[in-house]
Amino acid sequence: MSDRSSASDHENRGRTQTTRHVTLSNTVFMISLGIIGGTYLLLIAAMLTADTWYMAEKSVKAAYAANSWQVLLFENPIAEALADRKIRYSIWLSLTSCTLSAVFSLLVAVPIGYLLSRHQFPGKRLLDAVLDIPIVLPPLVVGLSLLILFQYPPFAWIARDVVYQLPAVVLAQFSVACAFAVRTMKSTFDHINPRSEQVAVTLGCSRAQAFGWIVLPDASRGMMTAFTLAWARSLGEFGPLLIFAGATRMKTEVLSTSVFLELNVGNIEAAVAVSLIMILAAVTVLVITRRWGLRDIAL
Amino acid sequence: MIAIKNMSVECGDFRLSEVSLTIAAGNYGVLMGRTGSGKTTIVECVLGLRRISSGTILLDNHNVTHLNPAMRDIGYVPQDRALFSRMTVRDHLAFALMIRRVSASETDGRVRELAASLGIVHLLDRTPHGLSGGEQQRVALGRALSFRPRVLCLDEPLSALDSETRQQMCELLADISRKEQVTTLHVTHNLDEAQRLADCLFTVVDGKIKPVEPAGGRN
Repeated sequence: MSDRSSASDHENRGRTQTTRHVTLSNTVFMISLGIIGGTYLLLIAAMLTADTWYMAEKSVKAAYAANSWQVLLFENPIAEALADRKIRYSIWLSLTSCTLSAVFSLLVAVPIGYLLSRHQFPGKRLLDAVLDIPIVLPPLVVGLSLLILFQYPPFAWIARDVVYQLPAVVLAQFSVACAFAVRTMKSTFDHINPRSEQVAVTLGCSRAQAFGWIVLPDASRGMMTAFTLAWARSLGEFGPLLIFAGATRMKTEVLSTSVFLELNVGNIEAAVAVSLIMILAAVTVLVITRRWGLRDIAL
Repeated sequence: MIAIKNMSVECGDFRLSEVSLTIAAGNYGVLMGRTGSGKTTIVECVLGLRRISSGTILLDNHNVTHLNPAMRDIGYVPQDRALFSRMTVRDHLAFALMIRRVSASETDGRVRELAASLGIVHLLDRTPHGLSGGEQQRVALGRALSFRPRVLCLDEPLSALDSETRQQMCELLADISRKEQVTTLHVTHNLDEAQRLADCLFTVVDGKIKPVEPAGGRN
């Protein structure tokens, strides 16, 4: 009887120890995850706060020196940047070129993403790998490759109207942004049940009708994500633009080149102000994507 | 009438060879077999969704072996129903008729008739989201029957339903296939379901189809 009771005590003690060990292990695991994730989150928050703080500090100092709150509102670096004709042009060009390159990216990404997701064909794996090249290539190399490409016919025939001109801005942005849009669209089509499309075909639809009436409406959130992602990538593009489109003020200057040009002339306030405008645009895109697009972007 | 003659199909390592099956016009044929035995593959071949290596598929004595799925005139209810997420139930029932450019009044009449037969009149303006499994199954069945197909293919249509709904759906299927006078190929692994509905019963064993004598059949 006592033997059985001591065995039971031993078993209970062992179980309690195991429970404690599991609880401790789980706690350590969760804290580790929190610390690693939190550190990166802190870095992002700190970068954005530093930019904002820098601008706020400059503005408040200027307002204090002038003894006027109006200086704080209307003569801060962002307001001054917005008042600059060259910056206003670069904002206009950025908005226009990013929208154009995102539209072109979507027009290309939808058919390629659909083809890769739904069909088996010779060379599919090669095509899949080639489409990743703009993502992994150093940005400067993309720009240089475009520049070299336009040395040879048939591209050379239109090089005068493209290289270092406005079309070069859109083409440089599109070259990289499209790869991201393709990945997003492929992932979108991978998540859409192909059976609905097959049912539509048995109901009398042609492949094109099934695509237009059944697949595209289901892919609308993915299309929104692909568009905004391409737009955001285009906004941040710098290397290929600098090489292929140049950084001519009031001609091929977009926001990213504005930051570079302002830094080059030592105007750090203007550079940070333009950066804040870009951050605002990026956050807007992020909000749109989270609200109306796919929540999980698998690239 | 559905007639499959000496059909062979290969998909990866899986192979069905010299498969033959005949279901007379207006009859309810049930195809049984274990999971992975190739039941769905046979249905997909009949529908034209999968290419066959050899053999012939006849529907009402027309050779449809190389015909596009859209031209085969087969209503299809897949296992997962595959309802169109952005469309209302009304749109589902009208979809095939819209493709065929049937007049609005005729479409409306057919939609009402089907909705009444399937007991989904109250669901006509709802989207599939939020419908129960049984309701979704009725919508999928209505969509498949809307254009009065000569053949109906049902791929495990009742597998995800509870026993009570399954019983109701069995009665509905028997009733509606008789009413619509459609030749049906129903795939299932449920013997009870098969015995209730089948005029002719088949099993797939080791890549071959064997006929089985049904115990009850539709009454």
